[in-house]
Amino acid sequence: MSAIDYKTQTIKGSLRTKGRFGLFIQEVWKYRLSYLFIAPFLIAFSIFILVPVLAAIGLSFTFFNGMETPRWIGWANYEYLLSSDSIFLQYALPNTIKFAVIVGPGGYIASFILAWLIAQIPDKARLWYVLAFYAPSLAGGVAMSIIWIPMLSGDRIGYLNSFLLGLNFIDEPKLWVLDKDLIMGSMIAVTLWSSMGIGFLAMLAGILNVDKQLIEAGRLDGIRSRLQEVWHITIPVMKPQMLFAAVMAIVGAFKAGNIGVQLSGQNPTPQYAGNLLVNHVEDYGLIRFEMGYASAVSVVLLIIIFFANRLSWKLFGTKGDE
Amino acid sequence: MAAAEPVKEQKKWPLRWKKPQFVRWERAQIWLAFWLFFLGIFMLLPLIYIFNHALKPYSELFIFPPNIFVINPTLSNFSELFVVTRDSLVPASRYLFNSVTIAIFATASVVIVSALCAYPLSKHKFPGANALFMVIIVSLMFVPETMQIPRYVVVSSLGIMNTYWAHILPHVAAPVSVFLMKQFMDQVPNELLEAAKIDGAREFTVFLRIVMPICMPAVATTAILQFQGIWGSIETSVLFMTDDAMKTFPYFLQTLTQNLANSVARQGAAAAAGLVMFLPVLFVFLVFQRKVIATMAHSGIK
Repeated sequence: MSAIDYKTQTIKGSLRTKGRFGLFIQEVWKYRLSYLFIAPFLIAFSIFILVPVLAAIGLSFTFFNGMETPRWIGWANYEYLLSSDSIFLQYALPNTIKFAVIVGPGGYIASFILAWLIAQIPDKARLWYVLAFYAPSLAGGVAMSIIWIPMLSGDRIGYLNSFLLGLNFIDEPKLWVLDKDLIMGSMIAVTLWSSMGIGFLAMLAGILNVDKQLIEAGRLDGIRSRLQEVWHITIPVMKPQMLFAAVMAIVGAFKAGNIGVQLSGQNPTPQYAGNLLVNHVEDYGLIRFEMGYASAVSVVLLIIIFFANRLSWKLFGTKGDE
Repeated sequence: MAAAEPVKEQKKWPLRWKKPQFVRWERAQIWLAFWLFFLGIFMLLPLIYIFNHALKPYSELFIFPPNIFVINPTLSNFSELFVVTRDSLVPASRYLFNSVTIAIFATASVVIVSALCAYPLSKHKFPGANALFMVIIVSLMFVPETMQIPRYVVVSSLGIMNTYWAHILPHVAAPVSVFLMKQFMDQVPNELLEAAKIDGAREFTVFLRIVMPICMPAVATTAILQFQGIWGSIETSVLFMTDDAMKTFPYFLQTLTQNLANSVARQGAAAAAGLVMFLPVLFVFLVFQRKVIATMAHSGIK
């Protein structure tokens, strides 16, 4: 018996004894270096994303005030949330839906149109246009509210008031961020202004990378207008970027919570008119220390976000098979 | 003549977005550029204004009718910003120091950790790779703001409250960065890596010497995004810091601007602070922009 035969026999023998699990372990061991590479991310991911999500689901079934050990109370948090929490039902939920429905798809469509238009401009000038439209998204968070507060200031010194008064559109200064009927509009406008972010860049890159030959071939196949070209060639080709941008738009629409508080300088916002689900979570979790209940609100928000994403996956995922 | 132009330009601008599609501007393009120019100015208006507002002397801040442009520029708002906190325990410079430190370290760690994770995801078919990628795609939709309470519980039970770790570590788990890097790495030809391995390069050398240089655009892009998010983030300061000296500049800004909507005081200082917040992000974007453009042209060739 040669040495090689002997070796294969022992390997076969060891396979028989180890079975499937052994094979799997062998495979894993072969790739041990790969696991070493992903380990740092996996650890961070587990600690700061996976565990919090699981903890939120767990805590949502408990009464937890941050000091005593959580006490199991079953569905009570959800029952209260969906039946008796008037702030949630009257303000936080409808406000969030309204805000997200306008800011999400609105910002998304605006990003696409602008990206497409900018892509038509010759490239040396294009750079400056990209910068002009992307810059507002750089001023996120606090900086954004500082920029907008004097713009929307309620007296006649406010730029918007002064401008509209000058044009005689309004008779007296409006309280853009303090009036309960106006704050939501202000929040939406400011968020839309800064929504040409990562999704916008992704879509621009997608549009610019559409193969010119494909468009020429489409012209030969009877595509008549630029609109048809966008619909039949550009969008299908850049579907991955469209989906990525959609996910980013959804995240952007739901993570906004502080914008109302920062603009109005009041927490909660005037008569809860700008109260979003994220504010509701903060209200219960960080002010009232009812963390179990706050977790239940988080889970509801998570579910809403999940279904919003499912929708965008349906829009831009399935067509990819065509 | 016209044909020679692009060649000449290529030398001048090696980092160009894409090959020029038009040597001359068409009429439609001029119109488009014209209208987009006005739209762009409109978008930039608030930024133009904050530049001017930050430089306005006190007498110009509240004149009527309001004037966007500054007449006598001054730096007094910036000095006021730092004088405001001189008597308090924590000076503004401390907040700024915290912010800069955290932004640099957190951005660097995110980029390194994400690149490390993206490489095997893209190039090794290890057991569980597909599952992990699915998990990452699903967690793209993760919104940290919704999970404040359990994140607070986790961080406090880790015992890192009031340390820089609590500022940096929560940012490290960034599925978006891993996703972007992985997508970019997919475009690196496998033959290149195999050739290097045949030449005796080890896995880590391949990663560091071949994959990373090719993926610099992705690195730049994720760096921009993360820096932007971390620099403006107040989440970690609000949730994980009780010690004022450990909080960040945007948090300080928020305390400064509380009730700014109702009052006129400190608007100049707030505008100056807003500028301090905005300029680094703009600067980082401008620095990396060429890299991003270069890589995008790269990925377009394939």
